[in-house]
Amino acid sequence: MENYLILNTLNFPILSLLLIVPVIGAIVAMFLRGDTVIKFWSLAVTLVTAFISLPLWSNFDQATAKYQFVELRHWFPALNLNYVVGVDGISVLLVLLTTLVMPLCVLCSWTYIKTRWKEFAVVTLLMETAMIGVFVSLNTVLFWIFWEGMLVPMYLIIAIWGGERKDYASIKFFIYTFAGSIFLLVSIVAMYIKTGTFFIPELMAFEFTFSFQVWIFLACALGFAIKMPMFPFHTWLPAAHVEAPVAGSVILASILLKMGGYGFLRFCLPMAPTATLYFVPLLLIMSLVSIIVGGYLALGQTDIKKLIAYSSVGHMGFVTLGIFLLNDAGIKGAMLQMINHGVTTGALFILIGIIYERTHSREIADNSKLGMFMPIYVTFLGIFSLSSLAFPGTNSFVGEFLVLYGAFDKYPLVGAISILGAVLAAAYMLRLMQKMVWDDSDGHAHHGDDHGDKGGHTLFDCNFREFIQLAFLTVFVFWIGLHPTPLLDMMDSSVAHLLQQIDAGSVLPEAVHHGESHALLENAGTWIKNLF
Amino acid sequence: MNTIITSKIVITTMIPMITGLLVMLTGKKENLRDSLSTIGAILTFASVLSFLPVIQAGDQLQYTLFELYPGVSVKLNLDPLGVIFALVASFLWILASLYCVGYMRGLEEHAQTRFYVCYAVSVGAAMGAAFSGNLFTLYLFYEIVSIFTYPLVMHHQDEEGYAGAKKYIIYLMFTSKAFLLPAMVIIYVVCGTLDFNSANIAQGIFPADADRYVVVAAYLLCLFGFAKAGIMPLHNWLPDAMVAPTPVSALLHAVVVVKVGVFSISRVMLSIFGTNILNETGLGLMTAYFVSFTILIASVIALTKTNLKARLAYSTVSQLSYIVLGVAMLTPNSITGGLIHIANHAFAKITLFFAAGCIFVASGKKDISEMGGLGKRMPWTMVAFGLASLGMIGVPPVGGFVTKWYLALGTIDLHNWILLCVLLTSSLLNAGYFVPVVLKAFFGKPLPEDEGLTSSLESQPLIMFMVVPLVITGAISVLIGVYPTLFLDLINLLVKS
Repeated sequence: MENYLILNTLNFPILSLLLIVPVIGAIVAMFLRGDTVIKFWSLAVTLVTAFISLPLWSNFDQATAKYQFVELRHWFPALNLNYVVGVDGISVLLVLLTTLVMPLCVLCSWTYIKTRWKEFAVVTLLMETAMIGVFVSLNTVLFWIFWEGMLVPMYLIIAIWGGERKDYASIKFFIYTFAGSIFLLVSIVAMYIKTGTFFIPELMAFEFTFSFQVWIFLACALGFAIKMPMFPFHTWLPAAHVEAPVAGSVILASILLKMGGYGFLRFCLPMAPTATLYFVPLLLIMSLVSIIVGGYLALGQTDIKKLIAYSSVGHMGFVTLGIFLLNDAGIKGAMLQMINHGVTTGALFILIGIIYERTHSREIADNSKLGMFMPIYVTFLGIFSLSSLAFPGTNSFVGEFLVLYGAFDKYPLVGAISILGAVLAAAYMLRLMQKMVWDDSDGHAHHGDDHGDKGGHTLFDCNFREFIQLAFLTVFVFWIGLHPTPLLDMMDSSVAHLLQQIDAGSVLPEAVHHGESHALLENAGTWIKNLF
Repeated sequence: MNTIITSKIVITTMIPMITGLLVMLTGKKENLRDSLSTIGAILTFASVLSFLPVIQAGDQLQYTLFELYPGVSVKLNLDPLGVIFALVASFLWILASLYCVGYMRGLEEHAQTRFYVCYAVSVGAAMGAAFSGNLFTLYLFYEIVSIFTYPLVMHHQDEEGYAGAKKYIIYLMFTSKAFLLPAMVIIYVVCGTLDFNSANIAQGIFPADADRYVVVAAYLLCLFGFAKAGIMPLHNWLPDAMVAPTPVSALLHAVVVVKVGVFSISRVMLSIFGTNILNETGLGLMTAYFVSFTILIASVIALTKTNLKARLAYSTVSQLSYIVLGVAMLTPNSITGGLIHIANHAFAKITLFFAAGCIFVASGKKDISEMGGLGKRMPWTMVAFGLASLGMIGVPPVGGFVTKWYLALGTIDLHNWILLCVLLTSSLLNAGYFVPVVLKAFFGKPLPEDEGLTSSLESQPLIMFMVVPLVITGAISVLIGVYPTLFLDLINLLVKS
């Protein structure tokens, strides 16, 4: 196992602490009384977790592709099942993203969530553990437990604190993601039967036959494609986003969607490299369709949250596009794009939450002409909208540029088509910005000159709590936008290793490749016959 | 040629940005705010001037701010081409900021603080574009100019303003995203870097064995990507952007914004592709013919416009293409003619716009037909207008003559009679739409309701804020016709390399 792992050298078990602190926080929260106490308690817990995670950044060894900060405990020796957690260049940034976004989720719910704060705190903290768990598990069973563990808290967040159609949205979310993860479980079990191990690095090293790879690739890819979400599995996302409370939207956008991309990089690519190459055209096409359909649908929305939700489909299309280009720039760009989307779209949802608290409407028309009343808010809206449309100098540009570079380098036509997505992004974000900041041509600008209380609400500008959240994310917009090198360096070794795994695994001779794909079709044929 | 690494050149871009910030903070105190604007402009010009001796000595200044990815960085590099543009834009900003005081207060415009902030940042971004050392930096500043001029175009926030601004941002953002972004990626894929080759305009950065089809594709994408240059058919945003207050039309839509466009095209042609590759693929001459259409058609459209600002707008579209034409002919003489027109057109056209704005504030007139007899009531303004018109037509000794002289030499070097005819025809057309305005003002009959009014319109203090700058720019446009050495020497440095 030493081939894959570097045991934790810090004098405390950092990853286990990240997993356990939110759980303890949740348990304590159950016994606390008073909303204010619980609010501060959950903020403190998330901040402590974020603080604990910082050594992952400072002590990370960029020179190696091995898993770091590893903790290994025997768990179920009879099944060769261990508790093993660790991070590499692919997961470490996502763990940091999770721990840094969670305090913001608490902050943006401060006044937004009005009922059942205790339950909200418990659910949010459990959610944090589950999300970190997904990124740090090096064991498929552990991975699956955390993966499923996220479902229930997220379901509850939407179903209890959601909007008008919360029942519909939460059930839809649950069914879609659960259906996807069942297939994931099947492939986990199948791989165990084949290899006798749940240990992810060993599964990556194992050379499965081509037909087996095809099946596990399809099973996993379905689960991840739903989570991403890729067209045509994206329909749960707008519903969930629109109905979720602001913290739910932020968690969904910033972290949950990243799990699909992470899953592709952790499971599909290294474990089924030949199948990956086999399915590249399909996934590239699906990515392009996601980019264009997402952008096109976003252009027609009148609900701000829906607009951002569809824009997420487009952005995630860029992520899968980058991943399945299978070159250095593409994968790095995709990973950077995941971080960027977490920062930017998270901020946009926080912004929507802020305005929703004031006007109680998510319609663009009801929230127009804000420039006159909320200059600070509008400044942040401008920054994050520009970031979302990949304005040069902001974070998304670097990710998009790398993906486009990877695309034009390998398949110029794919690159040319994806440019359309970039154009659409500019169109819908500028439209949103123009309408929210200035325009009142829709005739709905009810707040006109009476600056406030007559309309039943006041358009006061951001308060300190809101300002802090947005300013914090703004730092990342420009930092990643102008100096992404530290992030790219952290990914470097792991991405190189990943590409090497794909190359090594794809040396199956053409003849076998051909023959087996026929065998595969025959297998499928018999299977369907048996079914009837 | 030496390349001197110095962080000092960051200052020039920073001063306008900081000015913008200070203007925002002092928004409530009008006098302080407006003087800060002017001081910022003077400091910006001074900083560019301080770099001039180094550039004249044949050296270049360089500084890398951020490295995003190998070969993609935010990098500033000052060379003769950049310094010409920076000198002109920063100098005119001083005069424009004085003019703004008169115009904005004279008309009691709303949201003046927003106006000044966006104005300063736009100029700062144009400085950045002039100083940019690679295509990414150029793209970055080019986009900042687009975003920050948007609020200026829709300044009046009426239906017309929104429509004009919408068109403006759609044209500029669409072209830059759809054409420029892929062009940049393709160039990066082929060359492995986006850094300009500012040492040698013949070479460019493309490897010798680059696929010619890819080069042509990248070139065309660049040509259409910089829609700010107003080359037809992507010129339509410019006339509609004239709904903006006149100081915006004057400085931004005659100097800063559109010049960023033609500057970028020239920069890409000379420092990315290089004259060798453009000659070899015939792209240079193709571009020359292509922009000839813009030169002629825009002039014809200008003839039909009776609103003074609209006529000036089409004149701008036409004149901008002279610059591209000169560079595209790829001979030393023509490149000189094209690049010196950056300065000549700037001084003349800003004078014309200043005059149009001044007439509007003083008398409320927008249409040429109403301007009969105005020469007697606004003599300074109309004399400056007349001089600048001569510059546009290309009559010696005004600056425009130098341009046309060198452009004509260029066509003769190429033995290309078609382009020579284009030049001559367009000069006639220029005369056709400018001379009537001047004649009308001095010799035309005033409107019935103005009959008998002889009092000067130029004596009020606020109007003086506008007349003085436009007289200065008018005088300078003559001066650089008589004494073009400063700019010629700088261009020589570039052409000789």
